[in-house]
Formats: sequence, structure tokens, C-alpha cells
Amino acid sequence: MMATSWTLAFAAWLLAAISTAGALFLGEVMGFAPCVLCWYQRIFMFPLVFVLAAGLFPFDPKIVRYALPLSVGGWLVGVFHLLLTAGYIPQYATPCMQGIPCSQVQVEWLGFVTIPLLSVVAFSLICGLLISIHARASR
Amino acid sequence: MKQKSIFIGALVLLILVFTAGAILFNQQRVEKADKAASQNREILVRLQSPTLGNADAPVHIVEFLDPACGTCREFYPLVKELMAANPGKIRLSVRHAPFHRGSDQVVKTLEAARKQGKYWQTLEALFASQPRWVENHTARPDLAWNQLGGLGLDMGRLRDDMNSPDIARLVEQDLADAKALNVTMTPEYFVNGKPLPSFGFEQLKSLVDDALASAKGS
Repeated sequence: MMATSWTLAFAAWLLAAISTAGALFLGEVMGFAPCVLCWYQRIFMFPLVFVLAAGLFPFDPKIVRYALPLSVGGWLVGVFHLLLTAGYIPQYATPCMQGIPCSQVQVEWLGFVTIPLLSVVAFSLICGLLISIHARASR
Repeated sequence: MKQKSIFIGALVLLILVFTAGAILFNQQRVEKADKAASQNREILVRLQSPTLGNADAPVHIVEFLDPACGTCREFYPLVKELMAANPGKIRLSVRHAPFHRGSDQVVKTLEAARKQGKYWQTLEALFASQPRWVENHTARPDLAWNQLGGLGLDMGRLRDDMNSPDIARLVEQDLADAKALNVTMTPEYFVNGKPLPSFGFEQLKSLVDDALASAKGS
């Protein structure tokens, strides 16, 4: 019981760590400048690596209370960004004024995998894992 | 404890993959830049590029710069020092890569000043006053214009030349060449056709030292 909850939290941490490493790789190694919305998603994703790691040793089911607000916040920004790149939200409604326009798609793998899509997938999975830890603990 | 070793194992693995990926990516980038530079040797230096120093110098630095770029401003005197430390051995050619918004107008001013034989003075004056005409990474050609007093330029002629089609062509040519050579950031240097392995003055200096040493050997 405890072990499986730990595994779920570990999986959430691993997702956050891979996303952070990926964002740093795209930004620092490949030289893609992050747009404003990407920065907001980074602000939600990077601390998850540390918050979740702190909740793993010793395992604390309360970690959900601290990590879920971050992952929900990141998920909301990610969904907004995704809708923007997909063209459902007009550009003038965005906070981007200078530099890289958020609506511009810089990376597209396999014809549909974009950076905001990866971000939404990662935040969704982390939210799902955290919610299921909470459900187990309150049962 | 098993959980701890899983956690540490994953962390180490992640860091290793990241580092290996970074090294691999950088190697590929350098190879690509090397190849682009050697395939495009003839577009690296155009006859019309402003050039400083001994025409027979064994070491030729080609610099892509943006007058509105802060790092270009910082590196410019360093390159001049490098040339002064090796008198007659280094030639510098400048290509323009106006990546900042509004900067293409400033480059046109520079090209127009070159027609009056005052390219280098104008470039130095613009670098010196850069904080006064670059705001939030955007060049303000109107403010840049105000920094050109005291250089003895014929301002009426300067304004006419700036808008001439041959100067517009020069700017377009430089930008097209920058694209072909994979120049995406400024300043970018090529020493005898070789791009910097990674950005930094030390890297530039060691590339120049290598070129000087191999010139002495031959």
C-alpha cells in the first residue's frame, strides 16, 4: 500500500525531472529561446522536482497538498499555450509582447508533437498520479 | 534501502543522458558549422566587406556583428587588442547581422558612412553610445542618428545614401550569407574560415593563436 503510493510519487517526480531536463536541453543546449508562456510553465515545473523529491524520503502522502497546486497551475498555462498554437485563441489575447511569439511553433516532431503538447501531457500525468495518491491515502 | 537506490539511480541516469546529449549535440553543431563554412568559403568574405589590417596577414578574422548587440560592443575592443598584440599578422573583416529589431537601419547608416570613408569611426561611435540608442533590445535609428555628430560626416549625403538600393542590397546579402553560414547569434567569428567551437573570447584567442602558430610553421 505504502510502497505503491511511493511508486506513484516517484513516477511523478521522474516525469517532472525528465520535463525539466528536456526544457533545459531545448533552451540551453539547442538554443531555443523560451517564450513567455514557456517561462510560466517552467516556473510551475522546476519546483516540482524538488518538492516531490522532498516528499519521497521519508514518504509523505501530504506531498499531494503541496505538489498538486503547482501541477494544476502548470497544466492550465500549458492548455492555454496549446490552444494558442492550435489557433483557437487569437494572438492579441496573449501576454507576449516581445521576443519569441508564443503562437510560433519552434519544434514539431512526427508532425504533431510540439513543446506545449509535451508540457500538457507531462502536467496531466503528474496531476493524475498525485490525485491517485490522494485517493489511496483517503480511502 | 531499495527506494533510495532507485531514486539516486534515476537521478544519475538522467544527468548522464543530459550531459551525453549535450556533448553529442554540440559536436554535431560544430561539425555542421565547419562544413557550412568550408563549403561556403567564397561567401564568407565578400569583396565589399569592410576590412581592417594588413592585406597579406596570415590570419583573417571574419566577424558577423550587429551594431545594436551588447556583446559585440564588449568584444570589439578585445579584437582590436588582439590585432595590436600581433601587428601585421591579423586582418579583420566585418559582416553585418542586424538581428535586433530596427538594427538594419543602423547598418545602412554604417554602410553609408563607409561611402564617406568613415566606417570604423562611425562603428566605434555607435558602440560607444549604444546604451543611448538601444532600448529593450530594440534599435532606435532616430536616436542612433543623433550620436553621429562630431565625426565630420556629410549628413545630407548620408541620408541619401542610406536609402539607396545598392546599400539595401548589401544588407540583404550579408543577412543571406549569415543564414547560409548558420550564423544565428552575434558576434560570430570565423578564423581563417573556421568557426568558434563554442562562444567565448578565450575560444577566439586560442583559434587565432593556432592559426598564428600554423602560419609560422609553414
